[in-house]
Amino acid sequence: MIEFVRNVRLWFAPELIREEGGTPDYRFSLANERTFLAWLRTALALIGGGFAVDQFLPHLRWGWRVGLALALLAAGVLCALRAVNHWVRCERAMRRGEDLPASRFPVLLSLVVAVVALVMVLVVLAGWAG
Amino acid sequence: MSAGDSSGPGDSSGAADSPGPVGPPGGADPVGTAGSPAAPVRDPGLQPERTRLAWRRTTLSATVAAVLAVRAALRDGATPAGVVACGVCGLLWLAFLVLAHRRIRALAAGPRPDTLTPRRATAAVLCALAMAVCAAALVS
Repeated sequence: MIEFVRNVRLWFAPELIREEGGTPDYRFSLANERTFLAWLRTALALIGGGFAVDQFLPHLRWGWRVGLALALLAAGVLCALRAVNHWVRCERAMRRGEDLPASRFPVLLSLVVAVVALVMVLVVLAGWAG
Repeated sequence: MSAGDSSGPGDSSGAADSPGPVGPPGGADPVGTAGSPAAPVRDPGLQPERTRLAWRRTTLSATVAAVLAVRAALRDGATPAGVVACGVCGLLWLAFLVLAHRRIRALAAGPRPDTLTPRRATAAVLCALAMAVCAAALVS
């Protein structure tokens, strides 16, 4: 968490990144950028999913609907923050010639998405039955 | 003597030419293209193009999210709050579009484009975050 706060400073200060290490092959930087964009798309998809739950499941009870939508939106926010944080960390690791940082986030995100999907199936089935 | 002289530049030019298409970008120097200005040096892995398309895809995702946001905002008719939310989401989408467009232009500028700046990455992420905040306000 402390490292996250330290990385936040780097988000706004490109010159701090440029100071350390050497410039890596531009293709590695572009690959890192594409990975960042893929995570950002995931975040945008989760945010869109939050909107979709709210709009396309109108017969759901208010609490369930808002709860599911907010869970998806929160996952999207986390995903977007993590995207830029991971990008900065990878960029710095490449400049220093270190190993790329390992991350538990993909596992966490897939578990959250799986749980939300299961809950959604149950809620929709219960809505049909009731 | 003369054989050694002639083989020297021959070797070095061969070494400079052969890694050009496959090796690191040091081999592909646009300065030496005297006779062919029409043929720009191209990355054989098409990395800038792929990155450009990744930006396009991300813009498309942002568009879908923005359209859903506008739909949510105007569902209950054109209430003042709905119109404001609609405008905010439209502006966020526009901001993202401008960011992506600038980056795409930078990628197309040369054979060896600059690295994405953290400021631009953060700005793109902030657009997504603001849209999520907008969504949370609209949903609840």
